[in-house]
Amino acid sequence: MRILDVKQIESAVKSMVVNANQKLSPDVFGALQQAEKSEESEVGKKILQRVIENAQIAANEELPICQDTGTAVIFLEIGQEVHLVGGNLYDAINNGVRAGYTEGYLRKSIVKDPLNRVNTGDNTPAVVHIDIVPGDKVKITVAPKGGGSENMSQLKMLKPADGVEGVKQFVIDTVRQAGSNPCPPVIVGVGIGGTFEKAALLAKKALLREVGSKNPDPLYQSLEAELLEKINKLGIGPQGLGGRITALAVHIETYPTHIASLPVAVNLNCHVARHETVIL
Amino acid sequence: MMIKITTPLTTEVIEKLTIGDEVLLNGIIYTGRDAAHKKLFELLEKGEELPVDLKGQILYYVGPTPAKPGRVIGSAGPTTSGRMDKYTPRLLDYGLKGMIGKGLRNKEVQEAIVRNKAIYFAAIGGAGALLSKTIVKSEVVAYPDLGPEAIYRLEVVDFPAIVVIDARGQNLYEVGPEKFRKE
Repeated sequence: MRILDVKQIESAVKSMVVNANQKLSPDVFGALQQAEKSEESEVGKKILQRVIENAQIAANEELPICQDTGTAVIFLEIGQEVHLVGGNLYDAINNGVRAGYTEGYLRKSIVKDPLNRVNTGDNTPAVVHIDIVPGDKVKITVAPKGGGSENMSQLKMLKPADGVEGVKQFVIDTVRQAGSNPCPPVIVGVGIGGTFEKAALLAKKALLREVGSKNPDPLYQSLEAELLEKINKLGIGPQGLGGRITALAVHIETYPTHIASLPVAVNLNCHVARHETVIL
Repeated sequence: MMIKITTPLTTEVIEKLTIGDEVLLNGIIYTGRDAAHKKLFELLEKGEELPVDLKGQILYYVGPTPAKPGRVIGSAGPTTSGRMDKYTPRLLDYGLKGMIGKGLRNKEVQEAIVRNKAIYFAAIGGAGALLSKTIVKSEVVAYPDLGPEAIYRLEVVDFPAIVVIDARGQNLYEVGPEKFRKE
């Protein structure tokens, strides 16, 4: 049994929320550079150049890449050989978020009640997802998620008879309807299977994968490629002003499901696809 | 070609602009997003004065990050305009002349733009660090309690934007993607 103080998690979360908001990871940055090379629209090309320049300014001057510094979505994989001490884990995570968003000059975008809408003032609470895994390590992933792209995400309970064609149609329709709103080029996270809530979580987790990485299953690998091609034929383009690059990647994650069910969730991420991981 | 524009906007300047034009905005612009729009709309409905005179002005849909010490403002890119659609026709009929945001507007907004000879610009979503460098002055002028949603008066120098809905009702979000659609 390994003893780990939650203070270590708190301190990791604090620096990760700031860092993730200021520095695009190399996979996303590389995908944007690639997109700039292949974009055929003049306006689209210019937009991608500015987006790349923006990421460089943010990193160099330690400014948030986007003013929407997001909901602090935090994933933990906790090894079952770890004994957490020193306080409540959720409090530690929220303390880290509070300190990072306040001291790091990040925007506080969370309202306490979805209808009364009073800002909590410190971007807490975080949205936390925890998995228990083998081993004695704790893996923390911080993925600040902006409202613009989150709002364009959708979930649908398809019929098993809708099959792969139904899945494709739903994913493409979601991207088409989102149009310019989620700040394309987007990254499309797709969750297929499980239950209503599991599909949504799969779609969100799909966004954490390295941009352009492939699903190991050949069926889903080819579906990812086909969907990316079809989405990029929609013509939406950077910022929705027309062009070839509407999506940088499509990532699919799956889970076994009920004989009666075919849940599909599509979680869209803007081009500022932030995610950072540390292992304690 | 970049067209330099100074605020406040006049009908004469607006009528010369067409979708796809790239502009560099100079002068004063005001910020406003969801919660501030709701308050402005309610004041107009009650026939009361607005806390800021927006006649002839531009509203920029943005909720900036807090300014670090020594900086005028934090990151300041556009937010999704569609959320303001419910309130926008009322503001345009009152005299607002321009908007900066990102994304589609509904039919009512588009009609109000034409009716009032107004204009809708897009700035690059997610480019808040880059855009912040064109903001040289910033002060809260209404609703400080709304935090990032307060109304700020910003002074901008060469703020880059693209005309996406012009005074004739042409819409770049419709015309642009059509050129590249392959199905």
